[in-house]
Amino acid sequence: MNHLPLSKKEIKEMLKTIGVESVEDLFKSIPEKIKLKHELKIPGPLSEPELINYFENLASKNKSTEFLSFLGAGAYPHLIPYIVDYLSQRGEFLTPYTPYQPELSQGTLQITFEFQTLICQLTGMDVSNASLYDGSTAMVEAALMAWRIKNKPKILLSRTIHPEYREVAKTYFKNLNIELIEINYNQNGETDLNELKEKIDDKVAGIIIQSPNFFGIIEKIENISEIAHSFGAIMIVTIPEFLSLAILKPPGDCGVDIVAGEGQSFGLPLSFGGPYLGILACKSEFVRQMPGRIVGETQDMEGERGYVLTLSTREQHIRRERATSNICTNQAWCAIRATIYLSVMGKKGLREVAWQNIQKANYAKKELSKIDGINIKFNNYFFNEFVVEFEKDPEWINEELKKNGIIGGLCLKRYYPELENCMLLCITEIHKKNDIDKLAENLKNILVN
Amino acid sequence: MYPKDFYYTKDHEWIQVKGDTGVVGVTDFAQSHLGDIVYIELPKIGTKVKYRQILGTIESVKAVADIYSPVSGEVVEVNEELSNTPELINQDPHGKGWIAKIKIADDSELQNLMTASEYEKFIEGQK
Amino acid sequence: MIKKEPLIFELSSEDKRAFQLPHLDVPAEKDILDKSIMREEIKGFPQLSENEIIRHFTRLSQMNYCVDIGLYPLGSCTMKYSPKINEKIALIPDFLNSHPYFPEELIQGNLEILKITEELLCEITGMDAFTLFPSAGAHGELTGMMIIRAYHDSKEERRKKVLIPDSAHGTNPASAHFSGYEIEEIPSNERGTVDVKKLKERINEDVAALMITNPNTLGVFEDEISEISEVLHSKGALLYMDGANLNALMGITRPREMGVDVIHLNLHKTFSTPHGGGGPGSGPVGVRDKLIDFLPIPRIEKKEGKYFLDYNRPKSIGRIRAFYGNFLVVIKALAYILSMGPEGLKRVSQIAVLNSNYIRKSLEKFYYLPYKSPTLHECVFSDKWQNEFGIKTLDIAKRLMDYGFHPPTIYFPLIVSGALMIEPTETESKQELDEFIQAMRKIAQEAKENPELLKSAPHKTPVRRLDEVRAARNLILKWSK
Repeated sequence: MNHLPLSKKEIKEMLKTIGVESVEDLFKSIPEKIKLKHELKIPGPLSEPELINYFENLASKNKSTEFLSFLGAGAYPHLIPYIVDYLSQRGEFLTPYTPYQPELSQGTLQITFEFQTLICQLTGMDVSNASLYDGSTAMVEAALMAWRIKNKPKILLSRTIHPEYREVAKTYFKNLNIELIEINYNQNGETDLNELKEKIDDKVAGIIIQSPNFFGIIEKIENISEIAHSFGAIMIVTIPEFLSLAILKPPGDCGVDIVAGEGQSFGLPLSFGGPYLGILACKSEFVRQMPGRIVGETQDMEGERGYVLTLSTREQHIRRERATSNICTNQAWCAIRATIYLSVMGKKGLREVAWQNIQKANYAKKELSKIDGINIKFNNYFFNEFVVEFEKDPEWINEELKKNGIIGGLCLKRYYPELENCMLLCITEIHKKNDIDKLAENLKNILVN
Repeated sequence: MYPKDFYYTKDHEWIQVKGDTGVVGVTDFAQSHLGDIVYIELPKIGTKVKYRQILGTIESVKAVADIYSPVSGEVVEVNEELSNTPELINQDPHGKGWIAKIKIADDSELQNLMTASEYEKFIEGQK
Repeated sequence: MIKKEPLIFELSSEDKRAFQLPHLDVPAEKDILDKSIMREEIKGFPQLSENEIIRHFTRLSQMNYCVDIGLYPLGSCTMKYSPKINEKIALIPDFLNSHPYFPEELIQGNLEILKITEELLCEITGMDAFTLFPSAGAHGELTGMMIIRAYHDSKEERRKKVLIPDSAHGTNPASAHFSGYEIEEIPSNERGTVDVKKLKERINEDVAALMITNPNTLGVFEDEISEISEVLHSKGALLYMDGANLNALMGITRPREMGVDVIHLNLHKTFSTPHGGGGPGSGPVGVRDKLIDFLPIPRIEKKEGKYFLDYNRPKSIGRIRAFYGNFLVVIKALAYILSMGPEGLKRVSQIAVLNSNYIRKSLEKFYYLPYKSPTLHECVFSDKWQNEFGIKTLDIAKRLMDYGFHPPTIYFPLIVSGALMIEPTETESKQELDEFIQAMRKIAQEAKENPELLKSAPHKTPVRRLDEVRAARNLILKWSK
């Protein structure tokens, strides 16, 4: 109880001021029959050293740091410059809340304004919000925007979208009578345009694709945008690997109306899946259908520039059940980290990181393709992930790799039964040439046996 | 304050009848309660509305209000100027701040509405 | 005090950099990608040196008020101190570097943390099971309402309506709406609690649930909660509790004893995880037995001494976000619970309620208290007495900044005109509370004697009162050259 700063004497004085005998008297409005008769059965209190010990013991039951891993699939290992931690750990960033009072929150507000600008620069969109929970829920919110804008009942969803994102969409849409229609992929591992053309009609509010898609492949966004717009549908792209935008053509130049994505790659550690950073950006004509906080520039009464939360009438605290979303608290601190990360990397650095991802993944692909028993599944442009097909069971291969300190890729069978011998591998700038060679060497040995 | 030749609703809209058309806006009482108007969602021309159906919405920084149609009819004109200068509603609610013109389908509905003096009494009770 | 800081883009100039990547150690190839799918450089993107970046963000940090600086009495937000050791614990590399798709035997520690936290939250609330995946309170509400819907659907009951008191958080009706429900508002009575008579009139077989906040947004305990629960259950409807205000109740009473079926908590409120300027939060959802099957996937289970993720839950509402929620936030909350222990948590609630009542008593002669019912962890005043001098709640809030305090929540709950909703939390010293009380009393006096001082406040902040109307009329949502 190191942070309960009242002394016994002070408590007495306060009780006297209030005019009651004891603290218990303050709870008289709670009926006796529902009062708890026993002490909570929870452990503690633990002192600081005991607490550290407790968690270090739990951490040691993970073996996260001992292995060389090639997992990506929506959660990407990247370098994090030290000053991202240093700055973001400041109490002034960690311990305020939503900037309801702008005069005391210019730090958070200006950084959020900078974040919105960075996201617009990366995506080529006109407007970004201040963040959403994660990539999956950001994609759902984008779909809900399209649904409201067009007032039509169908959403088309490519099967090359992250399987978990698609599951989240199913959960949300079930109760809203939105019909989800999945579009399969072709032999090149990209959304099948023929199937898309067959399934689209004038009841479709929006089309969602992912790029780079779940197989790592860069989708032909422009062609899909054209199809979407010819049927009056909103074109949405979801991007779990936002780093790719440092090098790929921005969605804004490809006819995209709404971009939803995951910003974890920008300075957020893997953290077993969260907290991450949901990103949502769109064309300016749709801004009033956007969910979440948005920061705008204004002036104070002396004409000085300042920042405030704006367009609040979209939000639940004003519009209640007619709000654009139920979201309130979002991932502000993660957006601060992303802003610091992007500032540190800068224009050239970010492109270099992306370039190294492409080079290293390409090197890995080449090395693996030389191995007997490995086939590169899709022959297409990719960013930092690609699918390999084995002649043997990939789950068995992963078990073998693990014996040598390697965690292989994600086995795709669980999500795509037809890809039962396939594995999704991710290579980023954190992998050294040696790491990739070690993977190739091990796979060679395993597959020979 | 409240023009004698207008009719008024309990939701604080006014309508001025000119031939078979009515000019619709919100009252000075409504604008002063909402505060600075920052945005208005105008109806589309050609929209058919019924009496008391939502015609549009009007927003201040911290509040949203629906505008209800005082009569049934068809929207024949909207005040496009409000898209860029919604503050006209604050500055001149009964004049330049008009919102839409509606071709009145059934002028007997006007009997549901209040006269200026009735409305003044009505808002007195709301204060 | 830092008054002005240019935008990062305005500080930028060509060729500066703040980070050196390791040299590319694989043979570089040209033309890996086709030019047609690549972009030019990112126009306007920042280029600064490391020390410039440190200064920029440090200066901006100094324009923020925060709990580490002083009292932050936002009602219903529970702005308590966030213990620093919990931050350090969440930075342990074996937590930070674990990938969500690591094989289960390499994430046993993570799964154990989730399981233990679920169990402790069950004990604290009396619920039978918890999911820790919702990312914030509103996400928890949505999850909870989806569970309720799945429950009724499983009995082939198509209930359409959710009842919500007029004093509720705006997220409640929004969450119910996005779960496919129509909303019906239940008025509060003169005591500020749910009008049970009206509830009985409105309840029927079409009602899926009532969403209640207890203590409610006035800080008043819904003392007829047992009867409310019975009324609902008698018609097959469920009782949902918004647990935003659980900080008043730990170790004293529990949602279970109140007859609650579903509850969401806010780990960033009650359990001290830092608010982060608006997230990341965490909004765990707890349910009673009959609803366990509907919880989102995956569930954390244990078999033969090993934890595993169970996806085989046919009745589940499905997945509510990718992966397993805001895991690092859960770690901090668990560390908080363990460091407090049972006695500590009870003490937290007792002192939170003591502090709030001390403020209430000390200010009730200076500010109008619209509801006289006893209150727990927060109290709600209004600007009624100050209106007489042309002073509104907003002016009081802005003037409070000049005295070095963050204002309370203002203009909420909506059932109080010009509301000032004060929640001090348990982590404030008497000295801090007394200074706040003094400031509020002085402001009441200034309202009478020098109202202009309040209307033009704040005077001492990095910027003066900001023009929100201008921001909304003339939208500037990003920097451009």
